[in-house]
Amino acid sequence: MRKYILRRLLQLLPLLIGVSLLSFFVMHLAPGDPTALFTDPNIDPIELARIRANWGLDKPIIVQYFYWLGNALRGNFGNSYMTGQPVINEVLARLPNTLLLMVSSYILTLLITIPLGVISAVKKGSWFDNLITFLSFAGMATPSFWLGLMLMLLFSVHLGWLPAVGMHDPLLHDPSILARVIDVARHMILPLTTMTLLSLAGITRYQRAAMLEVLGQDYIRTARAKGLPERVVIFKHALRNALIPIVTILGLSLPSLFGGAFIIETIFAWPGMGRLGVLAIFQRNYPLIMGIVVFSAVLIMLGNLLADLGYALVDPRIRYEKK
Amino acid sequence: MRKNKFAIFGMSVLALFILVAILAPVIAPYDPSDMVDDETLPPSRAHLFGTDDLGRDIFSRAVYGARISLTVGIVAVTIAILIGTLLGATAGYFGGLIDGSIMRFVDVMLSFPSIFLILTIQAMLTPNIYNVMVVIGLTSWMGVARLVRGEYLRIRELQYVEAARAIGCSDLRIMFRHILPNAQAPIIVAATLGMAGAILTESALSFLGMGVQPPMPSWGNMLMDAQAYMRDAPWMAVIPGLLILVTVLSLYFVGEGLREALDPRQYHA
Repeated sequence: MRKYILRRLLQLLPLLIGVSLLSFFVMHLAPGDPTALFTDPNIDPIELARIRANWGLDKPIIVQYFYWLGNALRGNFGNSYMTGQPVINEVLARLPNTLLLMVSSYILTLLITIPLGVISAVKKGSWFDNLITFLSFAGMATPSFWLGLMLMLLFSVHLGWLPAVGMHDPLLHDPSILARVIDVARHMILPLTTMTLLSLAGITRYQRAAMLEVLGQDYIRTARAKGLPERVVIFKHALRNALIPIVTILGLSLPSLFGGAFIIETIFAWPGMGRLGVLAIFQRNYPLIMGIVVFSAVLIMLGNLLADLGYALVDPRIRYEKK
Repeated sequence: MRKNKFAIFGMSVLALFILVAILAPVIAPYDPSDMVDDETLPPSRAHLFGTDDLGRDIFSRAVYGARISLTVGIVAVTIAILIGTLLGATAGYFGGLIDGSIMRFVDVMLSFPSIFLILTIQAMLTPNIYNVMVVIGLTSWMGVARLVRGEYLRIRELQYVEAARAIGCSDLRIMFRHILPNAQAPIIVAATLGMAGAILTESALSFLGMGVQPPMPSWGNMLMDAQAYMRDAPWMAVIPGLLILVTVLSLYFVGEGLREALDPRQYHA
């Protein structure tokens, strides 16, 4: 197992180089350079040349890339053009907020999707199953940002129950920890609901399909023939096996969850990595864009690795070493 | 049977929307960019979907928006299918080093949240409707490539392929005349679902201001305009979103129906 993990971690490196190379060249496709965006158009050309040289923009792109890569491998992702702060600090400051949202959404999704998928599969063809099937499709077809807007319209604009944007109430002066936690939780409800409803839809379809497939297996018929109660057949024999593909789906859905985070964080002004990324793109903040691309790629790859390991954990038939 | 009802519903909605898109000038009562009445009027007999913040007729804009959104979806998915099929077929047919390098490239492309890559490209180019189609196409072919590769890996071992090789058919001929027709079914399903994805992506991009540019109406940029008027004109936000939802939902239903009809082996549910 350790060998397998090591090999997988080593495979990450070329993949990351590919990811960074691709995004670096995509960024530099643009005519002109970022200095045009935030310097006075009447700037002294000597001063402009100094700024460009300072940011390394006067060198050929390929040289710039290797310069970036060399620094990145040593953990230095450069400084944000906007704030002058190291990119790594900016990203790490926002990362916990994104993870808070994503991990909560994952947990919530799992807690809801498993029972829904199981009941839907066991009662295949019932009104409940039809409803869940219809709702899953509708969930997959809903644009994330629109769902966010609609929830905001209902719960913030009309009912006034929940704050629409941000993570903290700037007027909150109660310093107690409990008050702060409640404040963040209230701000989190809308983005979290949006994110969860969207990932719920797709995963419930998979959970249902996996459960249906397992229920058609011979060993389920055997279990029933032995006279085991239906409850034991479903929860002990079927569910355990139906959970296996879900582990993979959870890993595979990471990129779309990240993609969703970019948009959901933007609408709800949630101070996470996604919103930072969208801002960085609008500002053509090259080092920050690169930093966020690399960070999300690493998180996605580690997520996939964890999913593969989880796969082996829940299914003793899978052994990575022997391969 | 139940599934087919869903599929027929989807087909009808799509047919209706395509008809509306083609006949847009006939159906739309007003010019989509004309300021025809007061601002933010609620839906009424004169303005079926109300008017927006500039006094434009939302129904007319939605009708023209259907044109834009459907066109973007079709063109983007065509690009994605072409690239995906070409790369997947090459990887699956030849195998070995070619397969390895193509699939590693797929892995790289799949390690990005694609919306981030698309946004970056769009920000670097000047966003317009043509870029949107191309960029969405260029960033959504990976699933198709994997799928086609799998089909080719399976089919290339079949006896009829061996027979074709024995009578001296060229690799290209075997790949596209002999194998491709047998790999068609999953590609058609992927195209339907891919079009749904492309329409969703276009709407998200236009919503962020990085897609179809005003005054050209798309369902996504209508939502962008709506954001500032949520309190006073909620219909501006509700209607375009519902249109996207219904279109994408119909595509999913059709896709699932096709999957069931064309490929019973892959169909479990």
